[in-house]
Amino acid sequence: MTLCEVTDVTGTEGNFTVKIKEHPRYVDVDKCIACGICAEKCPKKVEDEYNAGTAKRKAIYVKYAQAVPLKYQIDPEHCIRLNKPGKCGFCEKFCPSGAINFDDKEKLHTINVGSIILAPGFDCFDPKEAGIWGYGRYPNVITSMQLERYLSASGPTEGHLVRPSDGKPVRKMAFLQCVGSRDQNRCSNEYCSSVCCMYAIKEAVIAKDHVDGLDATIFFMDMRTFGKDFERYYENAKTRHGIRFVRCRVHGVEPHGSDGDLRLHYINEEGRQIEEYYDLVVLSVGLETPQQVKELAAKIGIQLTPHNFAATSAFSPVLTSRPGIFTCGAFAGPKDIPQSVMEGSAAAAGVADLLAPARYSLTQEKSFPPERDVSGQEPRIGVFVCHCGSNIAGVVDVEAVADYAASLPGVVHVERNLFTCSQDTQDLMKKRIEEQGLNRIVVAACTPRTHEPLFRETIKAAGLNEYLLEMANLRNHDSWVHSNDPTKATEKAKDLVRMAVAKVALQSPLKAESVGIVPVALVVGGGIAGMESALSLADQGFEVHLIEKRKYLGGNARHLNHTWTYEDIPRYLDGLVKKVTENPLIHLYLESEVIDAKGFVGNFVTTIQQGGKKKEIKHGIGIIATGGKGYRPEGEYGYGEYEEVFTAIEFDAVKKAGDFRVKRGRTFVFIQCVGSRQEDRLYCSRVCCTHSVQAAIELKKEDPSRSVYILYRDMRTYGQREALFKEARMLGVIFINYELHGRPKVKKAKQGLTVEVWDHVLHRPLIINTDVLVLATAIEPNPVSKELAKLYKVPVDSDGFFQEAHAKLRPVDFSVDGLYMAGLAHYPKPVEEAIAQAKAAAARAASILSRKEIPLEATKAQVVLEKCDGCGLCIDVCPYQAITLLEGVDDQGHPWKRVEINKAQCKGCGLCQGTCPKDGVYVAGFSSQQLRAQIEAALAV
Amino acid sequence: MAGTEKVGSVTVVGGGVAGIQAALDLADSGYFVYLIERSGAIGGAMAQLDKTFPTNDCAM
Repeated sequence: MTLCEVTDVTGTEGNFTVKIKEHPRYVDVDKCIACGICAEKCPKKVEDEYNAGTAKRKAIYVKYAQAVPLKYQIDPEHCIRLNKPGKCGFCEKFCPSGAINFDDKEKLHTINVGSIILAPGFDCFDPKEAGIWGYGRYPNVITSMQLERYLSASGPTEGHLVRPSDGKPVRKMAFLQCVGSRDQNRCSNEYCSSVCCMYAIKEAVIAKDHVDGLDATIFFMDMRTFGKDFERYYENAKTRHGIRFVRCRVHGVEPHGSDGDLRLHYINEEGRQIEEYYDLVVLSVGLETPQQVKELAAKIGIQLTPHNFAATSAFSPVLTSRPGIFTCGAFAGPKDIPQSVMEGSAAAAGVADLLAPARYSLTQEKSFPPERDVSGQEPRIGVFVCHCGSNIAGVVDVEAVADYAASLPGVVHVERNLFTCSQDTQDLMKKRIEEQGLNRIVVAACTPRTHEPLFRETIKAAGLNEYLLEMANLRNHDSWVHSNDPTKATEKAKDLVRMAVAKVALQSPLKAESVGIVPVALVVGGGIAGMESALSLADQGFEVHLIEKRKYLGGNARHLNHTWTYEDIPRYLDGLVKKVTENPLIHLYLESEVIDAKGFVGNFVTTIQQGGKKKEIKHGIGIIATGGKGYRPEGEYGYGEYEEVFTAIEFDAVKKAGDFRVKRGRTFVFIQCVGSRQEDRLYCSRVCCTHSVQAAIELKKEDPSRSVYILYRDMRTYGQREALFKEARMLGVIFINYELHGRPKVKKAKQGLTVEVWDHVLHRPLIINTDVLVLATAIEPNPVSKELAKLYKVPVDSDGFFQEAHAKLRPVDFSVDGLYMAGLAHYPKPVEEAIAQAKAAAARAASILSRKEIPLEATKAQVVLEKCDGCGLCIDVCPYQAITLLEGVDDQGHPWKRVEINKAQCKGCGLCQGTCPKDGVYVAGFSSQQLRAQIEAALAV
Repeated sequence: MAGTEKVGSVTVVGGGVAGIQAALDLADSGYFVYLIERSGAIGGAMAQLDKTFPTNDCAM
């Protein structure tokens, strides 16, 4: 429901009444074909919000080319006709489908639902009002969102990086971090927005990619690249892409001369006053909760934090203050895409825990038209050539490719589309298939990895078997990699289309099979993540087997005292352990290990060993939450040598026990990044800055006369945790920055230790006499992860953490269907994020377990009965153990042998086909004839 | 749940990545979802992005 907003919510958990106001679109969505004639004719130009004001749109417009739904809308504020009846009305006159309706009215809807999820997102901070760095006055000071649009192929300059003032190519650009974040002087957003450091690096990298020799500098306070693979990205930006990073607050941006150049002045780390000149200054703007969301929250009784984000408990990170109403994404605190997606799934789990009794009470099955029989028909191939905005068309001569495609045998229809993946093109494709009686389709666009499912569904909806489709990857395999040679790229595009046409002509309809699902879950790891996953699934009504290696549940959380919001972890943990042990649907196996695993989504069989006994468990899905472990810094900073040196976890324990070293201690030093963010462990452990800051606050609060130092590389108290960093500074905790090449030096003193570190303010070494030294040590993956990875055939990354299927969009899924991950086994994270991920894994798992069966791909190995002689060569090469040998005796008493394929285990890799000496096995959709035709087409020039 | 009948549908307010993911997971698990979006199309802020970190994948 678009153009809608919630106006009121009444009722309680399980049964809410939601009032919704639908604003008029003035365009009938059933009639609009998104041809764009209306916008072409509309005389009114207004600032385009989608392009963050860098371009104009018309008063009748579509948000962007791939918008869903792809339907035009009239902006009532700017439409001439709506403001002056009788005037203009061009769109109505020219619309070929009569879709314009100026009489459209606001509609009110009332819906009855069991639960609500609030994911209203964020607004970018607007630096205009505060007039920050001349934004709004100097045209070449832009926001990061505006830069994002300039860099985009669908943006105002089609990806050419030019200055807004004069269109001059940008040679030198500066990013200023923390605009609208960590700032109480110019705005009241004292929190860190969590994403700006990474997006600034990304924009700088992409900008350098667009402009050869571009000089890009990022001015920052702390680089907060705390997410998975972020530190490596930062390191590459420095070393490989040559982006310059300067730690300082710029204190002035002024125009230099009259041609749009900008002068920056700042004091560098050596204390020198510096002046530099730039073509373009980018303000890395933060995230904030939109005004109308604050109003909605007030209206429906959702508590907010002091920073205007939804207030949640660390132990129920997606539940708002009102029972039955959940939240996810940036409204629950500023965060990046993977974390938002994870919370989206977690919120779904929250709802599902609540509404499980009503599952399937209100849903309907999707239906497709009966399949058209194309057997015996001559191929009638339709080719759709995609421009992908300028992604393909900017390099490849798509018109020439389309003309060429029309000349190929079997091709009866060719069409070009700006974005073949857009909704209107799907409708168009369906129409063409029906009109022209097409029976094979080639989409010459991007990668089948992301887009094949979409096109398959489209042709299925047009009555064709979904496998009568072939994609030619003109983008990833051609325009992206040959962008400097358009002529050859166009020739290659023709080759790719010719090959696809040759292959699809021989394609026959395939039928997908399906497998039943064992509605049982297996969770490996009994820490917080594993227990939360197990409990969520049990609450949704599924049987769960929970495997824990140790004698007790709780994992690493056993060592923790409180969350960053000071919620009591031991108490929560005891409650959780109790719930898990008492839940009749959860079978708990302590002191148990997984020793073997086989099977596939819906039908896994895991063998566990408990004591000397083995047990086989059949399960439909698996969640791996094997946790992590603290790095032991033997030999570093006197650890293991001097009794004053502790790891953070050890420090918490001795402090809690009332150890005299802490009790009587006058001076405390924390060293951050011990074992993290260095060559052998090039990642940030994410939790240590917050932990040290909290420990420092506690020490100061207990006795303000104590001296507490935190020696850090970048303080990474991301999101709303920034408030703790501020509190620590107010309490007098001293923060001293050090670089990797100038690590602190620790020596034994007469009493206590001395820590020597370079002081950047005083520009000389500082020697601190300390009673206690706390090392904020790295979190490492659990070594058992690697063994499990082998058993379940799932990948781990170069740091030893489990590798998700997609860094952004599938942050809890493994690439193996039906297996999910949660907690520290995925990446270091605090308790609240581990809980969110655990719930997300449960939601993803429930989407499988709640079905009776799952359809399989049809592109699986097929045995050609008359050719297979059972030599068994394929059995040895199959990496999925999907092939077995059958033997028997026929009616005439002759013995026979042949292989059989387990369709659920087969992945369609084709190793069997490549090995078979007799053409006795092939992968459906990739028969040897098809591949031969494709190769011949490739060579036939 | 004696006396309180639960309704098997959900309102998701906001059609950005988080809302879309929640809506998809719920729909896949057997709940009817009303996805409410303030603007004319879903996609949220991610649709405005050119590329995404740390893989430089196209945001679309």
